[in-house]
Amino acid sequence: MMAGQLDYDPSNILVVRNLKKYFPIKGGMMNRVIGQVKAVDGVTFHLKRGTTMGLVGESGCGKTTTGRTILRLAGEKTEGDVLFNGREVYDLTKAELRAARTKMQIIFQDPFSSLSPRLPVGEIIGEAVREHNLIPQAEYEDYLDKVMDECGLQPFHKTRYPHEFSGGQRQRICIARALALNPQFVVCDEPVSALDVSIQAQIINLLKKLQEQRSLSYLFISHDLSVVEHISDSVGVMYLGSLVEYGDKKDIFAHPLHPYTQALFSAIPMPDPNARMNRIVLEGSIPSPANPPTGCKFHTRCKYCTEKCKTEPPVQKEVEKGHFVVCHLYD
Amino acid sequence: MAKKNKGEGYLSAKEIRAISRANRKITGEMEKKWKRKNVPESEYLTTMRDPANAVEFDDLHSYFFTDAGTVKSVDGVSFDVPIGKTVGVVGESGCGKSVTSLSLMQLLQRPQGQIVSGHIRLNLGDKAYDIACTPQETMQKIRGNAVSMIFQEPMTSLNPVFRIGDQVDEVIELHDGEGKTKEEIRKRTIESLEMVGIANSEGVANMFPHELSGGMRQRVMIAMALACSPKIIIADEPTTALDVTIQAQILDLLRKLKDRIRSSIMLITHDLGVIAEMADYIVVMYAGRIVEKGTAEDIFYHPSHPYTIGLMESKPVVGREVKELYSIPGKVPNPINMPDYCYFRDRCEKRLSCCNGEYPCEISLSETHKVSCYLYDERFADLVREKGKENGSQSEEGGNA
Repeated sequence: MMAGQLDYDPSNILVVRNLKKYFPIKGGMMNRVIGQVKAVDGVTFHLKRGTTMGLVGESGCGKTTTGRTILRLAGEKTEGDVLFNGREVYDLTKAELRAARTKMQIIFQDPFSSLSPRLPVGEIIGEAVREHNLIPQAEYEDYLDKVMDECGLQPFHKTRYPHEFSGGQRQRICIARALALNPQFVVCDEPVSALDVSIQAQIINLLKKLQEQRSLSYLFISHDLSVVEHISDSVGVMYLGSLVEYGDKKDIFAHPLHPYTQALFSAIPMPDPNARMNRIVLEGSIPSPANPPTGCKFHTRCKYCTEKCKTEPPVQKEVEKGHFVVCHLYD
Repeated sequence: MAKKNKGEGYLSAKEIRAISRANRKITGEMEKKWKRKNVPESEYLTTMRDPANAVEFDDLHSYFFTDAGTVKSVDGVSFDVPIGKTVGVVGESGCGKSVTSLSLMQLLQRPQGQIVSGHIRLNLGDKAYDIACTPQETMQKIRGNAVSMIFQEPMTSLNPVFRIGDQVDEVIELHDGEGKTKEEIRKRTIESLEMVGIANSEGVANMFPHELSGGMRQRVMIAMALACSPKIIIADEPTTALDVTIQAQILDLLRKLKDRIRSSIMLITHDLGVIAEMADYIVVMYAGRIVEKGTAEDIFYHPSHPYTIGLMESKPVVGREVKELYSIPGKVPNPINMPDYCYFRDRCEKRLSCCNGEYPCEISLSETHKVSCYLYDERFADLVREKGKENGSQSEEGGNA
């Protein structure tokens, strides 16, 4: 396994090993568990301090659940390890977890539903700071002003309510809320997909600026490949709960190895009317995660499918340095 | 008018009452005119300027009469949709691109939303209608039959309590169902579902919308829109809610079907990639007006209006590495109190002294390429040159420092 050694490398802020998260399907008599939705089914990667990892894939492939499971926001994990700063997140006691929460934060996708409509913006941003006693009472107001200023908000916005803001401004509030606790690691769950192109650029620039200032590490979840290419240092491609390819951004975009990655990249529309497209059109749609295909999960839509793919699940292999792929083609 | 301590844009209850009373008077008359029965054809039939166009928008104004004031969502828009071509309309949210298309369908939120002036000429082969003065009665026959729309959210545009087959049946029954039995209509439904590439079409016809994936739902929406072989299809962000792989499938499908039933597409989106792939002609809108229009090559290879240029630069492109994305400074002006100068002036980095004057008129750069910007006005060519020199000398100074 790639990050397989149990010894702790301090340059990695996050190590995820073979993470699995299954959700039970209940039904039948007595509401028994009659099946499992394998939302995250074997995800392995590591994130270097101060870098950004992009996580891409179709909707329903488990990107968001991966992000939430890493933060211990989706109940208990099913299997695997999540080491944050070398410590297993799921072994932390209640008090330790509470302390760790200030170090890892999340920015949600929809800035319209993730802000409480009944709280003024100052309270939304500052509530957690006060709860965790991070800042002495006397400096609290100044600290809020500083955080809001960094995120492009004005001090007088503090007394306003979320409905008074536009989408881009609300996303800034979400970012300010996450960064007020001075975290080391932030999961950005599609932070720009609900925004207009020109606002998108502002938010992406803001995230990059804050990363430089505070040496943050991001797990950037998105389905927009061009945004991921712009912001990430490494990229992971997910399909049906598993990471099929993972490596340095340049390697992945220059020569994608997994057939799914190739198809995904060929589907990106280019803003050039005369661009020649060699589009690999994937037939059908993503299979149900409750009943995934045997062997390689992608074999039902793969044009290189062999007998082996139908029966034997492939394992993660390092094809070139730092470029991992899960596919029988590279055995 | 507004009290100082209440801030800009504050309206007292009295003022709001006065505005809404005035609004009711205006919209009431328009509603009455729209709801008349047995209107003589001469009132809404017209002739096309060019018979090769499917739709001609001519100086269209669509306003919303709200209690806070009149919102000029579409403020003088003119462009043509040629038969068999795809016209892409690009712009940020709130720029009026959806309102333009809803005007063509007469689906504006009445009574507040009204087409105030201008013409929308719709070519139906033997007849040409002016949608702007077509009454409700006649419009019901055109809508869905000659013009139909694919909505943005396939999740919310289908009725969750009816089966897919029944929903498609309804469209055919209403618009093309005269003298047809239920079985014949169902046969047409199955055919149209097959046409959009749904494999198990009879099974799907008996399903409810929640049983289908996003891509499949969008296919059903397309099947409904195309069931009556419309002359013009309005696709309002048809792939925004979908994944890239599914998006590729749907765009491919739209292109094929367009050729098959020989109709035109008006594609509304903010994704420049989708536009580049699909559109023959592009219209760029900003704050209710067209800032630039031309063929796809014109717009993508020679973007001229500063807003178009900004929009292109602010989108990250795979394979083009930039350190920082360009973002257009400032924000869209308040739609209720639009300035009388160029709406983009306050955000524009290339503004000239003449930009303080009235809104720039349309300037032709080539036969197809039109732009509304003083930068290309021959009357102000001197100013542009001066500005260029100024910038040049400034950057030199900057270099020396």
